[in-house]
Amino acid sequence: MQSKDSNANGAVAVGSHTVTRKKSFDWRNYIVYLAFIGVIIYFSATLYDQGFVSTDNLLNIIRQTAMISLMGLAMTFVISTGEIDLSVGSIAALSSLTAALTLQAGYGLIGGVAVGLGTGLLVGLVNGLLVTKLAIPSFLVTLGTMGTVAGLAMWITDTAPVPIVDSTFNFVFGSGDIGPIPILLVWTVAATIIAHILLRKTSFGRQTLATGGNESAARFSGVKTQRIKLLVFLGSGFMAGFAGLLYAGRMHAGRFTFGEGDELSVIAAVILGGTSLFGGVGTVIGTVIGSLMIGTINNGLIIMGLDVSQQMIIKGLIIILAVAFGKKAIKR
Amino acid sequence: MEQSMLSMRNISKAFNGITVLDSVDFSVKKGEVHALMGGNGAGKSTLMKILTGVYTADQGEIYIDDQLVEIKNTDDARKNYISMIFQEFSLIPTLTVAQNIFLTREDKTSIGLLNDKECIAKTRKLLQDLEVDIDPNELVGNLGVGYWQMTEIAKALSQETKILVMDEPTASLTKKETEILFSFINQLKSKGYAIIYISHRMDEILEICDRITILRDGKHVATEDCKQIDLDMVIQHIVGSGMDKAFEWVERDYDKNTAPVLEVKNLSLGSKVQDVSFNLFPGEIVGIAGLMGSGRTETVSAIFGTGPKDSGDIIVKGEKKTIKNASDAVKAGLALIPEDRRVQGLVLEHSVKENIMLPILSKMQKGLLIDDKKANKVANDFVKKLNIKTDDIYKTTNLLSGGNQQKIVLAKWLANDPSVLMLDEPTIGVDIGAKTEIVDVIRELADSGKAILVISSELPELLALSDRVLVMHEGRIVKELQRREINTEEELQHAIQGF
Repeated sequence: MQSKDSNANGAVAVGSHTVTRKKSFDWRNYIVYLAFIGVIIYFSATLYDQGFVSTDNLLNIIRQTAMISLMGLAMTFVISTGEIDLSVGSIAALSSLTAALTLQAGYGLIGGVAVGLGTGLLVGLVNGLLVTKLAIPSFLVTLGTMGTVAGLAMWITDTAPVPIVDSTFNFVFGSGDIGPIPILLVWTVAATIIAHILLRKTSFGRQTLATGGNESAARFSGVKTQRIKLLVFLGSGFMAGFAGLLYAGRMHAGRFTFGEGDELSVIAAVILGGTSLFGGVGTVIGTVIGSLMIGTINNGLIIMGLDVSQQMIIKGLIIILAVAFGKKAIKR
Repeated sequence: MEQSMLSMRNISKAFNGITVLDSVDFSVKKGEVHALMGGNGAGKSTLMKILTGVYTADQGEIYIDDQLVEIKNTDDARKNYISMIFQEFSLIPTLTVAQNIFLTREDKTSIGLLNDKECIAKTRKLLQDLEVDIDPNELVGNLGVGYWQMTEIAKALSQETKILVMDEPTASLTKKETEILFSFINQLKSKGYAIIYISHRMDEILEICDRITILRDGKHVATEDCKQIDLDMVIQHIVGSGMDKAFEWVERDYDKNTAPVLEVKNLSLGSKVQDVSFNLFPGEIVGIAGLMGSGRTETVSAIFGTGPKDSGDIIVKGEKKTIKNASDAVKAGLALIPEDRRVQGLVLEHSVKENIMLPILSKMQKGLLIDDKKANKVANDFVKKLNIKTDDIYKTTNLLSGGNQQKIVLAKWLANDPSVLMLDEPTIGVDIGAKTEIVDVIRELADSGKAILVISSELPELLALSDRVLVMHEGRIVKELQRREINTEEELQHAIQGF
């Protein structure tokens, strides 16, 4: 591959005589939304009798996807800077355990939550420092921490689950419903709004996109790109810790298997949503839709009675198709 | 006497003990466009990098409006209202024009969120003032090169600026875009900006600049009023008197009556390469001269298949070849050593032998294993043939001199025994000793019957090597000169400048 600069040159030279002004509608920018609607319509039509469209089932999809969505929000920032975080699933597991152990030891709700989130922040800090200070590619750094953290999660309780009896904790972090609304939906909506504002409406978000768009240009323009990268890894660790609390609250326990393989679903949701794996282009709403779509497909296939192997094949194919048709992820 | 807005006095700078700038004086007045000229390595860009805080001077002072200022980093330069227009390095293609211009300096709403509306309005006003027709909401990645440049300028001017440095701003612009840029520069001038204009193009400088300063070998040689100079004077100042002895031309003997080994017919690529045709004969060295952006690199990469082309035929040894990529080209017997391949072309931690073997490993195999005897023989042959100075073939390449490293790169590309060798700026960034060695190697290769095409911005080198020189200007071959017809570097300069 040629350098980025010559790439940009080539792309630019094509239209060098005219400034393109017309903003024609390009459906490929909205592929994930169309695909999502398509999936919903398909399952609604074919699985109507099996109760796919029932409120219960739809809320269930929300509950099942909440953790992926929340980690996906933070991952959107990481990928927008052109980096990646593979350690999120392991962090969720470790955080569920540290929170559960703290609660078990009697440090109370606040203590448990603080330790759970702190665990995530700490791993995020390690990731961020290794990427920025030692200039190790984030793929390798987080591949390393993914394994290390997963090992830690198994080791601290010798793979034993830690039950959580604090009913407030369990209610707030996962199991509760406010009226008909699951608390996981509340968390998802709140975090989505915050993340969207953060990415679109704050200098932090703008500089995140700038860092991923062209790091040296961003530095020339006064963006502290290393600090931005450190912050996105901190954010990713924090949200993974939060997802760990939600797993714990939903299952009334901490367990080392929580979040296993989540990193792939999270990254798939982000890319499916339209965030560019090369950085510079990111969308929070797209990520949530991407996550919901994966969750809906999962749910629909289960109701259809397909076994796990068939589900995996179909899910994989749908993801490849959606990304192939989408534009942002493959352009540049 | 008129007051200078910027005055750099007595500036000296050395890198690793090699003097790059030697007590240089340079000043620019308010509302003036001041050209800075000089050959490669004259010190222009070092001087500007000192002004913009990329480097710090070893010695000397910088005054702005007669105030002594200290510029230690790029922030200091900004604080002193100095802006530099980069070719395309400070824009982010995935952000819009307005987002780029105000990056890190965005307006905020009362609760601290980005106020994009305000930024867009300000950008619109700024662009209107500059009479540039760009939509603030357009992604920079969708803009043409010319508008990319304008956006850079608008970005520089969106913060308070007095001194604007432009480095070869027209290198990638079309004629029309250049005209737009010039009317723009005239506007800035009338608004009282001081503009430093670095360029190799005399016609442009005479059109747009008020004064001209010429550097040579890190020294200030002249500052003149543009109305009182002509091309000859400028070229003389740039070239100086003594030509390097190492670069003396040696008339070479080769059979001029054979069939050409490479024929290029009507090669075209948009406005960058227009209807380029030439022949290359075995044993001949042909130089391509031209300014930056004249289409030299595009031409060779189109021939080699690594760059695009719209039309044109490539005929090798009388046979028309379809060359779509580098491996087609290699099969056809062509080799191209691009500018950026010289350093990256080596695995520095590996030995001479390992580096040479890399592209031809498959030929060295005996069954599944590498035939060490054969490999050693081939490596030793190359070391001998190219006169690579190394203790043995097992020495790691980072212990060798730059020139010898360069020869190993050559060896790698020669391993497939191409009949045509194309070199883009073969000596850029190597020291003078290594340069002469490389020049010698290229001559020897030609003597052994290979046809060689050399692109170089260093005219002494081009004159030392070439049997024939093709001059490119705006994508066309405008002149073909036999080396015998060129008496001095000045004559070639004239041809290149298009006068």
